[in-house]
Amino acid sequence: MATDTLSQAASVIGAAVPRIDGPLKTTGTARYAVDHDFPGLVHAVAVQATVGKGRIRSLDASAAEKMPGVLLVLHHGNMDGVYRTFPHQDDATISEVRPPFEDDRIYYWGQFVALVVAETLEQATAGAAAVRVEYDVETPDVRTDLSTYTGPRESSWKRGDPDKALASAPVVVDESYSTPVETHNPMEMHGTVATWDGDSLTLYECSQGVVNHRVVMAEVLGIPRENVRVISRFIGSGFGGKLFPWPQSTLAAVSARKLNRPVKLSVDRRMMFSNVGHRPRTQQRIRLGATPDGKLTAIRHDFFTETSMLDDFVEHCGEQTPFLYSCPNLEVTTGMVRRNVGAPAPMRGPGAVPGLFALESAMDELAIKLKMDPLELRLKNDAERDEGTNRPFSSRHLKECYLTGAEKIGWKTRTPEPGSMRRDGKFIGIGLAGASWAAARIPCTASVELCPNGRVCVRCATQDIGTGTYTIFAQVMHAKTGVPLDRIDVFLGDTSLPDGPTSGGSMVTSAVLPAATSAVNQAITRLLNIATLTADSPFHGAKPDTLTVSEGRIHAKDKPASSGIPFENVIRMASLSGITATGRTSPSWEDPKANQYSLHSFGAHFAEVEWEPEIARLRVSRIFSIFDCGRIINKKAGANQILGAAVMGLGMALLEETVHDPRSGQPINGSFADYLVATCADLPDLDVTFLDYPDLIVNEYGARGVGEIGMAGVAAAITSAVYHATGVRVRELPVRIEDLLQSKILEA
Amino acid sequence: MQTFSYIKAASISKALAGVGSGKFIAGGTTLVDLMKLNVEQPATLVDINVLPLDKIEKLPTGGLRIGALVRNSDLAWHPDVKASYAVLSQALLSGASPQLRNMATTGGNLLQRTRCAYFREPNAGTPGGYACNKRTPGTGCAALEGFNRTHAVLGTSDHCIATHPSDMCVAMAALEAVIHVEGPKGKRTIAFADFHKVPGDTPHLENALEPGELVTYVDLPRPVEGARSVYLKLRDRASYEFALASAAVVAKVEGGHIRYARVAMGGVGTKPWRSHEAEAALAGKPANAATFRAAAEAALAGAKTRSDNAFKVELAKRCLTRTLKLATA
Repeated sequence: MATDTLSQAASVIGAAVPRIDGPLKTTGTARYAVDHDFPGLVHAVAVQATVGKGRIRSLDASAAEKMPGVLLVLHHGNMDGVYRTFPHQDDATISEVRPPFEDDRIYYWGQFVALVVAETLEQATAGAAAVRVEYDVETPDVRTDLSTYTGPRESSWKRGDPDKALASAPVVVDESYSTPVETHNPMEMHGTVATWDGDSLTLYECSQGVVNHRVVMAEVLGIPRENVRVISRFIGSGFGGKLFPWPQSTLAAVSARKLNRPVKLSVDRRMMFSNVGHRPRTQQRIRLGATPDGKLTAIRHDFFTETSMLDDFVEHCGEQTPFLYSCPNLEVTTGMVRRNVGAPAPMRGPGAVPGLFALESAMDELAIKLKMDPLELRLKNDAERDEGTNRPFSSRHLKECYLTGAEKIGWKTRTPEPGSMRRDGKFIGIGLAGASWAAARIPCTASVELCPNGRVCVRCATQDIGTGTYTIFAQVMHAKTGVPLDRIDVFLGDTSLPDGPTSGGSMVTSAVLPAATSAVNQAITRLLNIATLTADSPFHGAKPDTLTVSEGRIHAKDKPASSGIPFENVIRMASLSGITATGRTSPSWEDPKANQYSLHSFGAHFAEVEWEPEIARLRVSRIFSIFDCGRIINKKAGANQILGAAVMGLGMALLEETVHDPRSGQPINGSFADYLVATCADLPDLDVTFLDYPDLIVNEYGARGVGEIGMAGVAAAITSAVYHATGVRVRELPVRIEDLLQSKILEA
Repeated sequence: MQTFSYIKAASISKALAGVGSGKFIAGGTTLVDLMKLNVEQPATLVDINVLPLDKIEKLPTGGLRIGALVRNSDLAWHPDVKASYAVLSQALLSGASPQLRNMATTGGNLLQRTRCAYFREPNAGTPGGYACNKRTPGTGCAALEGFNRTHAVLGTSDHCIATHPSDMCVAMAALEAVIHVEGPKGKRTIAFADFHKVPGDTPHLENALEPGELVTYVDLPRPVEGARSVYLKLRDRASYEFALASAAVVAKVEGGHIRYARVAMGGVGTKPWRSHEAEAALAGKPANAATFRAAAEAALAGAKTRSDNAFKVELAKRCLTRTLKLATA
C-alpha cells in the first residue's frame, strides 16, 4: 500500500473525518427540497396516465375545478409557455426531452397528464382523483426481450479482427447476459418547491446538478438564466436519478407562475418507479477467445439497451471492455431499443455495472472452461497500458487489488469444484470480479473568504448528495489554515454561488480540490500581504514570504504558531469585511500532461455466499472490496461509498427488478414491499480496503472519486460465488430462488 | 382516500352500535394503507383502541386468551407464548417490521388483506382498471394472466389466486385457535379453520364475520404435552417480505414415531392453509426424512400453478420438510 508522500497534507487529509453536516441530518434540522415552506404556499398533485400507450380522448377537469380549495388544473389543453431544450447540449441536459403536457400522446404508463393545485395537499390529492381522463388505448411495447431489435448498431473500440480471431481461437466462451430494469429508489423522493418574485424564479430542488438545472429551466421556461436560482442544500441521495431535471420541476414552476403563489410538488414512491428514471434493461452477448493456457485472443461485446420512445439513452455497457484486459482483437457494438417506458437515467456506475456483470461473468466461465483459477486468468490478462486509447494508465494497481482480496478471503483454500466447500452445514461459494471507472478533472470554481470573526467560509455551486462533499471542502480549509472544522462554513447547492460541477460520474472530489486549494492559497497570500502592510500589525514591514498561517494564526515561518496572532486580528486591524479569493479547476482534457494518460480507477470484489439447499436459501456472507481510487481524502466517507455500493450491488445480484405488466405497461411492483432492496438483515460482513496510491496526474492531492465504482463487479462476484456454491450459473439477473431450485447440489 | 366520519368507541356495545356499514380500526396498519389506495372506502371508522381487549390471560382449561387488541409485538414476546406456543411467537416476529408489529393487533391481523398488486391498484375493478373480483365481483382477475410470482397455488379458483399474507394466522391454524366475535346478534365462536374462506366464485367474501361483528378474543387451546412447535418462513430477502412459502408445525414424537402433528402453510394458499393431507401422511409414521418429504408431497398434491409461481410448489415442500425436521428433532 502507498505511503504518504504529500508533505503539505496535514493529518486531516486522508483521515476518517465524520461529516460536518452529520448533526444537521441526524437531528432532522437539515432542510431538504420539500421541507421548504413559504407564506401562501400551495400544493400540487400530478395525475398519471393509467395506460402505457395511446392518446387522451378526453380530459374532464370540471369536477376537480369545482372542488374545495382547488386553484388550477393544468393539462395539455391549457399548458403554455414551455419549450424544449436541444438534446445533448453540453450545459443543458434534461431527463425527458418532451415537456410535460406537450400534446395528447401517452408514451408510457404513469406519464403525467394533469396537475391539480390546491390550497392543501389533501385538497389537491382529492382534486387529482377527480380528474376524468379517457384514452384511445394502444398496446404498449414493454417486451423484456430486446434481441428482436433489427435497427442500427453502433460499433466502437474496434481493434484487430475479433471475428477471425474467435473463429480460430482454441477456447471460446459465447454467452448472453441480461440485467433487468432497476429503479434508483433514493430515500428522499423527488420534489420541487417553486417561488416567483416578479420575473425571477427560485426552485428548491433535490438536484445533483444545480448549475445544469438552472440552465435547463431557463430554456424550458423561456426566461434568462440569471432569472433562475436553484437551491439544493441537502439531497437524500440520488444515485444518478437526480442528475437532470424531470417534469415535476417544470410543472411546479409553470403552475407557480400562473398562480403567482409558491407551489410544492412531490413525486410519491409509486411515481418513483415510472416518472423519474431507471437503469434500463440490458442484454449483452460476450464472446471471448483464448489460448489453452489462458491468454485472451479476442473479445466481442455486443449489447442492447432499452430506452424510452422519445429519449436517446444508452447504457454504455462496453465502456470498460477495451482496457480492462490485454487483448489484440476487440469490438463493442451497441443497439438502442425503444420501449413504452419512462426515460431511463444514469444509475450508480451506469454502463460499467451491467457491463462488468457480463464481462466478468464471462471471464469466470472462461476460467472454468480452461480449468484455470479465475484469479490467475485475471492476473495473466491484466493490461499494462490502455489498449483502447493506446495510452499508459496514470495509475493502475488492479493486480494488487486482486492479490490483496485473495489474501483477505483466503482464496488459496478455495477448491474450484462447485459444491466442494462446506462450513457449519452449509455449502460455501467464493467468487471474484474486477471493477473500473473513469477519472477526470472537471471544471470547478470555488471562493474562499477569511472572515473577521475568525471563521473561514468556502462557497461553490456543486452539491453534497450525501457523499461527504461538505466535509471535503472543510478538510482542505483546515489543512491549509489550521482553523478547526467547527469554525469552517461550507456553502454548497445554490446557483448564486460560484459555478461548480454536477455530482455525477465520481468527478466532484477531484474537481473541487484544486479550486478550493487555489482559492484558500490565494486568500492566505492576500492575508499575509495585508499583515505586512497594516500599520497596527505585528508583522508590519515584514516580507510576506517569511510568514505563514497554521493553527488559524499568522506567524513567522521559523517560529511556532503560538508566537503569532489569530488571522482575524489582521483583518480587523485593516478594517476589512473579509478577504476573499476565487480558485478554478482546469479540466484534465485541457491539460497536455493528463491527455497523455488513460485516467481510471480500479478495484476488485471478493464475495462469499452460503447455500442451504434444504430450504433453497442463499445468503451473501462476506464481501471484501479492495479499491485503487487514488488518494482517499476522507477514509470514512470514502469507505461509506464503497460499502453502500456493495450493498446496492448485492441488491442488484439477488433482489432488484422492476417488472412491467405486459398489458398495461405499469411497473407493477412499484412499492418498497414489492420491489426488493437489501435490508440490514441481508448485509454480509463488509470489508473495504483502499490501496491509497495518489494519482498526481489527476490533481495535486492524487484523488479520484469513489461513488460509482463500488457497485461495479459486485453482481459478477456474487453470481460466480453462486455458481461455485450451487453449480447454477445465472446469466439473467437477479438470481432468484427459481434459479437456485435447479441446483443439483443438495445434501449438506 | 374518501372522506369518512370517525368515532372513538368507549365500550364494545357502543362500538357495535356505531359501526353500521363502516369499519373498526385498531392498529390501522392494513386498513389505513388500503384507504389511501381507495381499496377500502368506509363511510365510518370506529376506533376500538380503548376497548378492554388488550390482555393476555390464562384460561382455566390451560389455554390462553388473547385480546383482539393485543399488539403483535406484545404477543410475540409474552412469556407464555414464547414458552408454550413458540410457533406463534416465531411467526409474528418473522412478519413486517418492529414498527408495524408495535401497531398491528391480533384481531386486525386475522383480517389482513392480500398483497396482490392488482387488487391494490386504486382503479382495480373499475372501467379502465385491472380486473379484480375481490374489488368488484364479476370483473375478472388480472393476476391470472399477469405477474403472479407471489400468488397462491393452493385453494385458488379461476376467479382469484390472491395469497393470504399473514404469518400469525398460519401459526394459529396449526394451533387450532378459536376466534370469539361479538355482533348485533350476540356472541359466538368460530373455529380457526372455518374463519377464512377460499375464494371460489366469491373472492370478495374473505371470512366468516357477519356484518357489524367484532373480533374480541382469540383462544389458544391448552398446549399439547410433549409437543414442539416451529415456524419457518422462506423469502427472497432476509427480512421485511411476505412469505413465498412458510410452514407452521406442532408435532410430538414418541418412540421415534409421530404421535401428534398439526401442519399449516403460508405464502402458498388463498387462506392460512391447514394441511390435513400432510397430517394424515405423518400420523403414526417414523419421524424421518422420507416421512417428512411424503407429508410435503401430500400437502402440495393439489397445487395449481400459474406462469410465474410454479417454483412455490418445490419451495413449499422443502419448507415443510425442514420445519418437520426441526419440530421433531
